[in-house]
Amino acid sequence: MLELAAVGHTFHDGTVALHELGLQVRRAEFVAVVGPSGCGKSTLLRLVSGLEVPSIGSLEVATTRVGYVFQDPTLLPWRSVRRNVELPAELERLPRAERRRRAAAAIRLVGLEGFERSRPAALSGGMRMRASLARSLVLEPDLFLFDEPFAALDELSRERLNVELAQLFAARRFTALFVTHSITEAVFLATRVVVMSRRPGRIVADVPVPFDYPREPGLRFAAEFVALASDLSRILRAEATPTVV
Amino acid sequence: MQNAQLSEAAPPALLGSAAAHGHRSLPRRSGPGRLARWAPPALMFIIFIGLWYLVSEVVLDERQRFLLPPPDAVVAVAFLDPVNRAPLLSGLLLSASIAMLGLLIAAVLGMAVGIAMSQARWVERTLYPYAVVLQCIPTLALVPVIGFWFDFGFASRLIVTVAIAVFPVISSTLFGLQSVERSQHDLLTLHRAGRLTRLLKLQLPHAMPAILTGLQVAATLAVVGAVVGDFFFRQGDAGIGVLIDLYRARLQSEQLFGAAILACLLGVVVFSAFGLLNRVVTGGWHGSAGYHGPTRAR
Repeated sequence: MLELAAVGHTFHDGTVALHELGLQVRRAEFVAVVGPSGCGKSTLLRLVSGLEVPSIGSLEVATTRVGYVFQDPTLLPWRSVRRNVELPAELERLPRAERRRRAAAAIRLVGLEGFERSRPAALSGGMRMRASLARSLVLEPDLFLFDEPFAALDELSRERLNVELAQLFAARRFTALFVTHSITEAVFLATRVVVMSRRPGRIVADVPVPFDYPREPGLRFAAEFVALASDLSRILRAEATPTVV
Repeated sequence: MQNAQLSEAAPPALLGSAAAHGHRSLPRRSGPGRLARWAPPALMFIIFIGLWYLVSEVVLDERQRFLLPPPDAVVAVAFLDPVNRAPLLSGLLLSASIAMLGLLIAAVLGMAVGIAMSQARWVERTLYPYAVVLQCIPTLALVPVIGFWFDFGFASRLIVTVAIAVFPVISSTLFGLQSVERSQHDLLTLHRAGRLTRLLKLQLPHAMPAILTGLQVAATLAVVGAVVGDFFFRQGDAGIGVLIDLYRARLQSEQLFGAAILACLLGVVVFSAFGLLNRVVTGGWHGSAGYHGPTRAR
């Protein structure tokens, strides 16, 4: 589904964000990407989505239907939830009736029924993220890119949305690249966790996650889960710059 | 993938979960009562009128009273006497129509220039310095020149009004269009939105509160421009400005104050009208439109 080979990216100001990065993601894999702050995780997603073009290396994406969930909900405040969710379909010029139908289905899927007419300002942080999720679902993408979508939420909302996203994945088996700071979140959601080095970012560890779906909330406290998470944590800590915390 | 599949695929636990998901019903607390709301400005008005009487009747003696005639004299002479009222009202009408037409031109021109500047850096770099220069030129100092070029009639007054009112429209439009967040732009970029789509679906709606605030400022400036321009041209049909100059020369201070009050009222009316428009257009989503301090729940 996704293949990056020796990808490097340098910003206009000369900062080298990614260096010699190689990553393969197969269909129906849920790959979580963890790494120290500023290691180029978001840049990776921007490259995969086509928002930016890599400076060097090859990048192949086997689909044009890509759903992107941003770090913040990025809803348009003057549009209702329904009209926000419809936006991608509108931009892709889908017929109105089709847009409506897809938006309604996506809103139902994320549990926002009854809030179709609400403006984003009237919603809680978790609900805004649900709306953002619904918006990424509306074009029924094959590949999802998540850029720390739940980072700004409180612990409880985050865990809930993790459980629901894992359920959605179990049901739909899409392909996902999920960037996060949280190792627990990465292990809970993913079929595979890759660890990135500090800037310039490359992959330093690639660890399969053996747990079956559906994943119950209690999984987080299982011995195997904790062992895997602490292994990853050790790798990640070794990668973090000693001087900058 | 068909839509039916999409909904069938929904895991049961996903359904209806938002309601339990920490959604706070945001109560709309009723605002302070009518009395509490209107009492402070009403009190201020009474104090203002009281001070006016105090200066007029107590501080000034009989011979100096023309410097500030008491409010009742202003109302009686300027507004209630039909002979005096007629020129004031026709002057008001003329100045108001110049102000409104000037505002309309400034709005269209200002938004067009703002949009053009937002589309390309080089346009902004080319035009913006001149917009700033236009704002900094003491337009009134150029009144004689404008008079020579365009005669001392309606057109010249309109030009002065537009020149004074256009800058806030340009700057607020440009600011509003440019302040769209990068992630919102990314969202449209992902779906290959063109310039026009981006402008219509993202930038203009985003800029609407800023544009309307700019128009509100421009509206009051247009009234000022119409009256003051008129005052300096002194020729052609008499607007409020010409009347003010006339009353000054004739020491008709009641009419002078009456004319000033009318000009002021016109400004207040257009300012309030645009404030109302702003609330109607963006009240549903834009924070500043309905925010009246931290204690009032929205």
